[in-house]
Amino acid sequence: MNVVEAQELSVRYGATQALKSVNLKIPEAMVYGIIGPDGAGKTTLMRSLCTLLPYSEGSIKVLGYDALTESAQIRASIGYMPQRFSLYQDLSVEQNLRFFAKLFKVKKQEMLSRREELYEFSRLKPFAKRLAGNLSGGMKQKLALSCALIHTPKLIILDEPTFGVDPVSRVEFWQILHELNGDGVSIIVSTPYMDEAVQCDQITLLHRGEVIGQGSPEEIISGWQGKLYNIKGDNLQEMFKYLQSKVDKADLQLFGSEIHLYSKTALHKEQIETWQTEYPGLKSCVEIQPGMEDVFLRMMQ
Amino acid sequence: MPNLNRIKAISEKEVFHILRDSRTLAIIFILPLLQLIIFGYAMNMEIRQVPLVVDDHALNSSSRALVDAFIQTDYFRLVPKGPGVLDPGELFKQRVAQATLSIPKGFNQDDFTAQLKIDASDPNSAQMIQSYATGIVNTWSAKAGVGIALSPLILYNPDMKSSFFFVPGLIALILVMICALLTSISISREKEMGTMEQILVSPVTATEILLGKVLPYIFLGLMDALLILAVGMLLFQVPFRGEFAVFLGFTFLYVLTSLCLGLLVSTMAKTQQGAMMTALGMTLLPTLLLSGYMFPIPSMPPILRRITYIIPARYYLQIIRGIMLKGNSVQHLYQAGLSLVTMSVVMLVIAARRFKLRLS
Repeated sequence: MNVVEAQELSVRYGATQALKSVNLKIPEAMVYGIIGPDGAGKTTLMRSLCTLLPYSEGSIKVLGYDALTESAQIRASIGYMPQRFSLYQDLSVEQNLRFFAKLFKVKKQEMLSRREELYEFSRLKPFAKRLAGNLSGGMKQKLALSCALIHTPKLIILDEPTFGVDPVSRVEFWQILHELNGDGVSIIVSTPYMDEAVQCDQITLLHRGEVIGQGSPEEIISGWQGKLYNIKGDNLQEMFKYLQSKVDKADLQLFGSEIHLYSKTALHKEQIETWQTEYPGLKSCVEIQPGMEDVFLRMMQ
Repeated sequence: MPNLNRIKAISEKEVFHILRDSRTLAIIFILPLLQLIIFGYAMNMEIRQVPLVVDDHALNSSSRALVDAFIQTDYFRLVPKGPGVLDPGELFKQRVAQATLSIPKGFNQDDFTAQLKIDASDPNSAQMIQSYATGIVNTWSAKAGVGIALSPLILYNPDMKSSFFFVPGLIALILVMICALLTSISISREKEMGTMEQILVSPVTATEILLGKVLPYIFLGLMDALLILAVGMLLFQVPFRGEFAVFLGFTFLYVLTSLCLGLLVSTMAKTQQGAMMTALGMTLLPTLLLSGYMFPIPSMPPILRRITYIIPARYYLQIIRGIMLKGNSVQHLYQAGLSLVTMSVVMLVIAARRFKLRLS
C-alpha cells in the first residue's frame, strides 16, 4: 500500500508556480525524503500533503483519503511538524503535549503511557516543566516531533525538521527517526542536506517545483553517467578561474577546499599534465566516486 | 458536532496564555481602570464652586436672603469684593470670578430686580451657571412668596449629575473595547506565531477553536464589568437601583456580543497589530458617537439612526442605564437582550464561515 499518491500535482501562488505536475508514490513503512534546495517547493509539497494548501491541479491521496474532500480524516490520522517551530512557546513541554493529546482525543490513560514513551526517546522528561520557548533548538525539534506523535499516527510528515539544529542534535534526531521507522511508522521528511538524503530509503529530488529524480539514494547515485574528478591545489579561487577558461563552466563545482570536475569521458593523462604546466599550483586531479551532492548538482543542470 | 473536550483544551490553553502574558493581563485590568478614571474626570461636565462676587447695595434682609440662597448651594462660592466700583469685565479677565451679582439699593418688596453677569468665554459653563442661578432664584422667590417659579421636574437624576450618565456609558464602552480587543488578537497571534499551522493539522474544527477561545474571555469580561462597576460606584457615587443578577445576566450577553465582534475581526486580520487597530476602530468611535452615549439617538439623521441598530452598545446602554438608574427588571429589557443574542449568533456564524481551515 502507498501512504501517499500524488498525481500531476500543481500549485500556484499568483504568478509563481510552486509545484509543476509532481507525481509521487510513497510506499508505507519507509523513511521517504523530499530533497531540494531552498525555494524548490518542498514546503509547498509538504503542506499540500497535510491538506493545508488548496492545490490547483492534480490529485493527492493520503492514507487512501482524498486531500481536498476528506481532509478531516487525513488530519486526524497523520502527525505533522511544520518547518517553523509552531508549538506554544509560553506553554511548558508537558502542557504542549497534553494540549495536542486532547486535540486528537487521546484518552488520558493512553496519553500518560504514550508520554512516557515519548519522554524516553526524546529525553525531555527532566524538562517537562520548562517553557517550550526556553528549550534549545534540538530540544524544541524533539518536542515538536513528540507532539506530532502523541496520537500514535501511522504517518508523520516532517518539514525540514533539522533546520537550524546543531550537528550533534541532527544525528540524534535521525537516530530517533530510524527507531520510529523500525516500529512501523511511515515518515516523509524534507531536507536540503544531502547527508540526510542518503539516510532515506527513497527520495524525490525537487528543483524549481519539478521532480528531477526519484528512487533510492543508491539508485540515483548509480544512475550517474560520466566521470568525476577531484582537483586539489593552491589558491583555490585562482585555480577555479583558470579551469573555467579550459572547460565548460557548468562542469566545475567548488566543494569546500576542492574542486569537482565532471567529464563525459575519461580525461587523458596529457590533458592533466598540460594544466599542471600552465597552472603549477594544481597539485592533483584524481577520479572519484560521485556523492549525492554531485549527482544532485548535476541533475539540476 | 463540536467536541466538548477539545473546546475545553483550547480554553485551558488560552488561560495559560493569559496567565503568562502580563501584557494581556494589563489590557484586561489596568486599561479599564485608567480609562474609567481619565474619561470619568475629563467628561465630567458639571460645574461646582463657581466663584461669585456679590455687590450688594441694598444690604437688607431680602438681599441677604438672596445671597444666602446662592452660596448655600454647592454651585457657588462667595469671593469677597474688593474696594471700589464693581467691574465684572476686569474680574472675569483676571479669573477672580466667573459670575457677579449686583443688587441695587431699592431691592425690596416693591422691586426685586438684580443683575447677574456671567463670564461666557466658555459657553457651556456659562449655560450651566445660568441654569443653576435660575433654579436658585426660582426656589428663593417661591419661598419668599414672590412671583411664579417655574421649576422643571427632572426624574432619575434630579441633580443632573453627569456621572449618572457617563459611568454606565463607560461600562458599555470599556467592555466592548476590551473584549473585542482580546479576542481579535487571540487568533491573529496564532497566525503570526505559526502555531495555527500546527493545530490545523488535527481534527479540530473552526467552531471548536472559536468557542474555545471565547469561553475564558467571557469570564474575564464579566470580571472587568464588576471591576468598572465597583470603581465607578466608589469614585463617582453612582447608584445601583436594579437587581444584581439581572445586571450579571445582561452583561454576560453584552460581553458575548463584544467577544464575537472581536472574533469576527480576527478572522479578517493577518497580524495582531492589524487586528487591534480594526477592533479599536470598530468599537471606540461608533460606541462613543452612535450608541446614544454622547448624542441622543432620536436626534440623529435617519441614516445614522439606522446604523445604531448594529451597535451593540446601543442595546447595552439601554440595559445598564435601566438597571442602574431606574431599577428595571428583565421584562423591561428582554428586547434589548434578544438583540444582543441575535448579534452574537450572527457574528459567530460569519466568523466560523470566514475562518479558514487552510493556509492562504
